[in-house]
Amino acid sequence: MSEVSFVRTEMLPEQAPPATTVGFVGWIRHNLFTGWFNSIATVLSMLVIYFVLSKILPWMFMSSWSAGSLHECREAIAAAYGEHHEGACWAVIRERWIQLFFGFYPSELYWRPILAFFSLFVALGPVLFAEYVPKKLIWFTAIFPFFGAWLLWGGSIWVPISAILGFVLGYVAYRVITPILGSLAGVIAAAAVPVLWWIALASLFASSLESIIPLGIEAVESRKFGGFMLSITIGVVAIFGSLPLGIVLALGRQSDLLIVKALCVGFIEFIRGVPLITLLFVASTLLNIFLPPGTNFDIILRVLIMVTLFAAAYMAEVVRGGLAALPTGQYEAADALGLDYWKAQRLIIMPQALKISIPGIVSTFIGVFKDTTLVSIIALLDPLGLLAGIRADSNWNGIVWELYGFLALIFFIFCFSMSRYSMYLERKLQTGHQ
Amino acid sequence: MKKSVFLGALTVAGIAAGGVFAGTLDDVKARGKLNCGVTTGVAGFAVPDANGEWDGFDVGVCRAVAAAVFGDPTAVEFVPTTGKTRFTALASGEIDMLARNTTWTFSRDVDLKFDFVGVNYYDGQGFMVPTALGVTSAKELDGATVCIQTGTTTELNLADFFRANGISYEPVPIETNAEGQQQYLAGACDTYTTDASGLAATRATFESPDDHVLLPEIISKEPLGPLVRHGDNEWGDIVRWSLNALISAEELGVTSANIGEMSAGTNNPEINRLLGTEGNLGEMLGLSADWAKNAIAAGGNYAELFERNIGENTPIGLSRGLNAQWTDGGLLYSPPFR
Repeated sequence: MSEVSFVRTEMLPEQAPPATTVGFVGWIRHNLFTGWFNSIATVLSMLVIYFVLSKILPWMFMSSWSAGSLHECREAIAAAYGEHHEGACWAVIRERWIQLFFGFYPSELYWRPILAFFSLFVALGPVLFAEYVPKKLIWFTAIFPFFGAWLLWGGSIWVPISAILGFVLGYVAYRVITPILGSLAGVIAAAAVPVLWWIALASLFASSLESIIPLGIEAVESRKFGGFMLSITIGVVAIFGSLPLGIVLALGRQSDLLIVKALCVGFIEFIRGVPLITLLFVASTLLNIFLPPGTNFDIILRVLIMVTLFAAAYMAEVVRGGLAALPTGQYEAADALGLDYWKAQRLIIMPQALKISIPGIVSTFIGVFKDTTLVSIIALLDPLGLLAGIRADSNWNGIVWELYGFLALIFFIFCFSMSRYSMYLERKLQTGHQ
Repeated sequence: MKKSVFLGALTVAGIAAGGVFAGTLDDVKARGKLNCGVTTGVAGFAVPDANGEWDGFDVGVCRAVAAAVFGDPTAVEFVPTTGKTRFTALASGEIDMLARNTTWTFSRDVDLKFDFVGVNYYDGQGFMVPTALGVTSAKELDGATVCIQTGTTTELNLADFFRANGISYEPVPIETNAEGQQQYLAGACDTYTTDASGLAATRATFESPDDHVLLPEIISKEPLGPLVRHGDNEWGDIVRWSLNALISAEELGVTSANIGEMSAGTNNPEINRLLGTEGNLGEMLGLSADWAKNAIAAGGNYAELFERNIGENTPIGLSRGLNAQWTDGGLLYSPPFR
């Protein structure tokens, strides 16, 4: 026996990990079959998924796209896949999808809601993705509410212009009055002048200009609105109307001024204490009775106002939650810097409070968008309202899943996009050092 | 006290302001369009097609009235109403008439202050059961689960019928006809009850209609007809006689096919008066002499409307039954045009 003990002179080369711990197999062992409990759970889940898909996929794909009625659908499916196969009748979607998107809007004018929809995204650019779009675009955002409404409803160009003029006048009044009478009088004038303008002079202004220079596009009655176009219109207006209104209400609720506070608390608690459907009934039926006969107060406008107020009350509470979450130090720091109330709100408080509230705000948005389907109860033809008509058509009577599935898909796309955007925004605004 | 008086006065003023209208006919003529309330969609009665054009049995009545007033059956704005909004829409003046398979009842006529101008469809509540259940009469339904729409007259009729026959049932409340259809097919209830026309229409859409039967009992009277606001009798007359014109036209053999020929003058003085070649009936209504001719030409006479929308050759497949002319043993009986 030699005295030399074994000494390794070089490092052992790295070996590939065992085949069972890497790659696909490794992933499966690690994630699906660790331990007997997880293995059983995995197998059971697989069975459930298989069972569900084995029913749904043949129904979805062994279907009919081309038939002219439910009866023809059934015949076509029976001919293609055998007597006892139950397939979806997507032909109804093929025939009616345009109606589900536009309602009874005149077909030669479809370009208008489409243009309005896409310019909505252009207008949202500076707000949602500020760092990717030119700054100047904010001007388009400012006029979009008027431009979009004009595209949808049509009519004389002077009506939206006179509405914009109200805001311009308000701004001018603020600038003129403030140096003379102080800032409170300036704020009051900035609120009062546009209102007076809209009530007393705007329609006169618009109609006289219209008679001098007739300039406009074909007007479309609200009654022709329907389908997703109606849902999106109500949803977008309610979403973008409720956020500023909600912020004002939330600030008002925290105000030290007794009347302002009482008004805000009263409004919020009243609206939150009443179901949306009740407000919609007020809009559609009660107002009808109480307004003098012959008053043409557009039903969609009434619904827009009600839904916006409803959403604003909830928004106010979400924003108040954000305000409450801010440490008092932030308020004190703002005071210590010598900022006045509005500057403190704009520069210190709101940016932080709104950031905290993003998940709540977006949840409210999504809720409002889905709540727009309630208008079908007051006989506005939103997608759900249109379904009643489509299903009453003798060609399609008896179809359920295809139509509701389609609506669910479209709603899901919208709501899911909003939800993803809010997560993107939260990541972007993340300033903590976790 | 003072405040409540003030509020009360305000309410009364509001209602009075909402209830008083200048002649509806003048309003309609000034507007150039008839606002007609219809359902948001009931098979055969009022259905929008893929282009948004409305069609159906109730829609036919609206078109006939529009044709009588304007000579143009397309001068109608169809206002969809739900069961909950229909009466306010009419009372507030949003619509000029309501043709929305609405049952003529005492309280609606008297208490809600409407005038039913006639009946365009005599319906009644029936039962549908699966053939496999082996039931041949509604009186054998003791202990059955019944799908029933809540808040309708059918719900009350059902309770009356089972109590009168001393048998029990278990209600399965549903909201809409579409939901009832699903629940019934899914076996959530043994029998589905609603207006017989609705049952027939529902059954026609089933994959195998022969597996289901309508029981012979009709347990209620559901006269469905167009209605107008109380208090404007001139307008009520126009709607009433437009409907009567359709019914009389069938009785007198005037159809949309032969109306051109008939309006040149016939030997039957009643046809001549109806079509305006004799007498001045149109003038009495404040309309043109050929008002009834236009109303009939719009969609045909009563029989043509019936056959095209809900008759035996349509998927809904209703037979005339009670809705035949009185000369054929039905209930349709228009007062004479004289």
